[in-house]
Order: sequence, then C-alpha cells, then structure tokens
Amino acid sequence: MNKSQEWSLQSIQTEINALHHKPGALLPILHALQDRFGFIPSEAIPLIAESLQQTRAEVHGVISFYHHFRTTPPGRHVVQICRAEACQSVGARQLEAHAKARLGVDYHQTTPDREITLEAVYCLGNCACGPSIRVDDSVRGRVTPEAFDALLDELQTRPLEVMA
Amino acid sequence: MSIRVFVPRDTTALALGADAIANRLAREAAARGEPITLVRNGSRGLAWLEPLVEVETPTGRFAYGPVTSADIPALLESGMLEGSVNHSLALGPTEDIDYLARQQRLTFARIGITDPLSIDDYRAHSGFVGLEAALALEPQGIVEEVKASGLRGRGGAAFPTGIKWQTVLDTPADQKYIVCNADEGDSGTFADRLVMECDPYMLIEGMTIAGLAVKATQGYIYLRSEYPLAKEVLDEAIARAEQAGFLGENLCGSGRAFHLEVRLGAGAYICGEETSLLESLEGKRGLVRFKPPLPAIEGLFGRPTVVNNVLSLAAVPFILAEGAEAYASHGMGRSRGTLALQLAGNVQRGGLIELAFGTTLRTLMEEFGGGTLSGKPLRAVQVGGPLGAYLPEAQWDLPLDYEAFAAESAVLGHGGVVMFDESVDMAEQARFSMEFCKVESCGKCTPCRIGSTRGVEVIDRIRANHNREDNLALLHDLCETMVDGSLCAMGGMTPFPVQSALKYFPDDFQRAANGDRS
Repeated sequence: MNKSQEWSLQSIQTEINALHHKPGALLPILHALQDRFGFIPSEAIPLIAESLQQTRAEVHGVISFYHHFRTTPPGRHVVQICRAEACQSVGARQLEAHAKARLGVDYHQTTPDREITLEAVYCLGNCACGPSIRVDDSVRGRVTPEAFDALLDELQTRPLEVMA
Repeated sequence: MSIRVFVPRDTTALALGADAIANRLAREAAARGEPITLVRNGSRGLAWLEPLVEVETPTGRFAYGPVTSADIPALLESGMLEGSVNHSLALGPTEDIDYLARQQRLTFARIGITDPLSIDDYRAHSGFVGLEAALALEPQGIVEEVKASGLRGRGGAAFPTGIKWQTVLDTPADQKYIVCNADEGDSGTFADRLVMECDPYMLIEGMTIAGLAVKATQGYIYLRSEYPLAKEVLDEAIARAEQAGFLGENLCGSGRAFHLEVRLGAGAYICGEETSLLESLEGKRGLVRFKPPLPAIEGLFGRPTVVNNVLSLAAVPFILAEGAEAYASHGMGRSRGTLALQLAGNVQRGGLIELAFGTTLRTLMEEFGGGTLSGKPLRAVQVGGPLGAYLPEAQWDLPLDYEAFAAESAVLGHGGVVMFDESVDMAEQARFSMEFCKVESCGKCTPCRIGSTRGVEVIDRIRANHNREDNLALLHDLCETMVDGSLCAMGGMTPFPVQSALKYFPDDFQRAANGDRS
C-alpha cells in the first residue's frame, strides 16, 4: 500500500542533501523523493537543479524520460500489468482488457475513488508463471481475470468506522 | 535438533504464495509438536513446481510442489517431515528430479540450495574460492584465465569478456569502473533476477574479481526498478560482504580495495543498452551514445569501464575457482561454457535450464518444457527477448549456439525462450514489436524513433486490409531502413521479430484483425 508522506519544501531539501554528493546523484534523488512522497512534486525541480548545478530543463528532461517517475500523486495502490510477450502468450491481453473494463480507467489513470492507479509494465521477471502483475511492491503470478477481481476486492476492503 | 524445511523466497515463489506457506508450515508443525527450522532459500529455478518446499532428511533433501497453503495439513499428515513420498505433491529427492538432474549447472550450482544471504552457506558451497585464487594472481593473470575460458558476454552481444577486460586493463586512468548491467528487460528472461535474489554473493564475487583484473576500485550494479526484491537482497548482501571483509578497502586482508553500490533504473528498456545505461548512471536521460569511443576506453564519467551482464560476471567465480579449462570444456564451436536458458510463456514446465551450448530448441521445449501449457499445438517461439526473431517449427532443430542462430538471422540474446500456441496472431505480435519500440525508443536516431511509430501504423493498415499489398511492401522497406540506419540494437533489431513473422507466418497478415480471412 502507498504509505506516502505529505511533502514540504524542507523535506524535499532534506532528501536532496542526503544524496547530492554522490556521483550521478539525480536518479537516486528522484527515487528517494518518489519513494517518500509517492510522486515528484514540480516544486522539487528548482531545488534539485540548484543543488546539482543543473538547469531545470535538464531535471525535467530526466523525470519525463523515465516511465517510472510520476509527477502527480498515485492512488492508494499502484497496479501494474505486464504487457510483454511471455505474459501475452498466456492471456495478458485478455487480462489487460478485463482490468481496464473493471476499473473503468486506462493506463496511467487513477480510479475516481483514488484507490487504484493502473500502469503498464514490460516484464516483471516472472515469465514462466504469467500473466504477472505487480501490486505496489509485490508480484503476483498466474493472474486470471477471476484472480484479478478477487485481488481487487481484497485491496479495496477497508474496515468501516464504527461510531462509539 | 529440529528438522530443516526450505521454503523459497524468490519473486516467483512469493508471487505464488510462498510466504503464506512458510507461515502455515511453522504454525501447523508447532501445533503437531514437531518444531521445524524454516530456511528461506533461493529458488531451484523449477518455476512450474513453485512454491517448491524441501525437507532435509539424513538421506538428502526431499521436494514437494507446487504447494499451496491449503495442502500443508495433509502434507504434514502424510509424513512430509520424514521425507515421505505418500502424497501426490511428493517429488522424491530434489536432486533426482529429471529436469534438474539433466542440467549442467556451473553458474547456478548453488542456487536454491543455500540461504541467499548467508555468507557461511556461500563459503560452505565453494563461495569466494574464485576470489581467493584471483587475489593470488596479477591482473594480467586473471584476464588470461577469463580469455582462456572462452566466456562471451551473456547479455546478448556475445563479445569475448576477456578481450573487453584486456582493453580496460591496458587503458591507464586515475579511476576505472566495473558496471554490472542488471537491467534485465527482455520478456521471457529471469536468470539475472535469480542470480541476484538467490545467490547474490556470486555476483559480488564476480564483480570484485573483475575489479582486481582491470584495477578498478568502484563497481555499480545498475538494477531495473521492476525488481524490488533483488534490490533488497543485494543491498543486504553488500552490507554483509563489507562486514566480512569481502568488499571494501581491504579485500580478505590483501590491502586491495573494491567498493560496490546498487543503482536503480527507472523503467526504461533502452537502459539495457550499455551506453544508455552509462548515461543513466551519470544521472542523465538514457540516450544512446555514439561508439567509438568504446566504454572500455571512455565509459562511466569518461573513465575506462567494464560493462558486463549479470550472467557474464556470475560465471567468473567458477572460472577462477575451477580453472578456465573446466569452463571451456563445455559447449560447441566458439560458444564455450554453459548458457542459462529461460523457458517461459505458454509452457507446461517453465523455468531455468543451464546447459552447455549445443542443445536444440526442440529438446528444450519438448523434453524439458513438456509442450504448451494450454495443451494446444506449439506454433511459434521467440528466442532472445523482444528484439529476437519468431521461429517456426522448421527452425526448432537449430542448436543453441551464437553462430548457428546468427546464420538464420536469429539471436540467442539473453537466453529467453518464449513459447506461443496456435492461438497466437503473428500480425498482432509484429505490431507489438513496433509498439514496444515506439514506447521504449530513446529518440536519438530517426529510424528508431519515427520508424517504430510508422511501423505500428503500417501494420494497422495491413490488418485493416487497406492497400494491403502496397503496405506490405512499405513494411519490408521500413524494416530494412531500421535495420541499416538505427544507432543501436533497439531500432536495429526491432524488425527481426517483424520480418520473421512476415516471412514464416504470412497468412496471419492476410486476414483482418478480427480473425476473418479476407
């Protein structure tokens, strides 16, 4: 589950300061920010640029080049569906269509209740037991449409608040 | 002493519920008054049997699989903890499982046997013997050993590893680097992941030996972000190796240094291309560089750099420990040693199969794989990842050898073998190859950046029966342009699966996308 913290300029700067001395520090900094806040706030760009003596355009260029980095907050869970060949051969295309229909969103979109962000991924390295999906940091194998529905129910079950 | 029970914790076993099995086993065994010692080992690579639970007995380890949590009570009741084979999931002694017994495991000799993070386990299974041998040699002596082994790059290009190392050794510099390409992005491949999750010290040892060979003191493992578990395992293994003196300022008390750090990629397939990878490590967009200069001369931060695949580096400890001849005695022609094949896709018995070069694809798919998972006839097989050709039945008797594949415009690549049954639409697969290139192109050169977009459009027009013959001619022409004009293998090889689909499965391009013959 997404355990992201609220960001602040100060907390962003703290993450940058912890890593900016490393050779080739930009990717490690971007990972640290996304791991902590769930995404890379646009306000981070000038701070990173200043710390690394780069232009804002360079930092923005790197963020937008890599599929992994996001600039808007994700839903409570990120679900990635493998679209690569090994999974295709055991029904990933059907699973993909099913997931989009069930969630009512396309790739790179989040359900209106902000529960699930759907993403495509090209290989999770579980190619002998596909179709594979990744839910946050855990991979699941042999995911049929029925298994996908069961998983969604599990993810979306939250205890109701009971009035004392 | 309580009985040792092994429940693997690699990504595949976990993806199929290994954690729940481990928990339930511990609970139920305790409730029965039979306390066990749980070991979370790596995977044996028999993916179709995962989660594969093993029990240690006086006569060796006995296997059970594929186990689900619900099977645990009955398995315990059947006498599993004594190695009993009175249950339908009982497989007998692990080492006797045919799939495993028929392999030639040199690189993967330890995998699944040990606790991946235990240095004691690693040492008890010949770990760090190669490093000790390397420490007794001069750098040139290490390079000679790797040259004599005949080891060629396992990432796909198959360049002789020893020659690359020689270039770096011969190039003077104030700092040199060892970079491990762990951006295993090819669909159908998971051998690098297994090394990193299940035997991380082997990679650490291989990189350290490389560092000693070329006088590099800093190494980076460039790991794809899709492998979070490998990151966790490697980080912990590096910390423990430093603690134990197998990494750091003073390797095994020799006074020589090697430092290692894991760097995460960020979901860009192109960063598996070595120059793009180096750009990414430097904190830039992963744009492919022009060659020359070669990375061996001007690589990371402009310094001489060895860039090797995980499997190339993982083969090195064996070569140093057992001698070049022991490695080179396996294989055929110029392909020496063993190849880690990964059988995937629509297959009954998928998994990791390490064999000497020279076996045929058919042997692999039928005798090991047992045919398709669906039970329908096998129709096409893609070898070597998304840039590899689709091979029809006429080519399944090809020996797995770099040169034999190259002669048929096919590639072994990283050893991924993805099987498709008769339901596959090869025009759709060809479209996907172009679509994948469109998504993953770094954008530096025009044939790849624009060609892939146009490729998707042209295939769509063919499938919609719009000027079919003209568009087929255009697609052939476009493929040629991409092969001849692209800067790197991404654009230069994307046409391979497309051209092979056109050549061997032309009927699929003669029907509409909805499957009707036109």
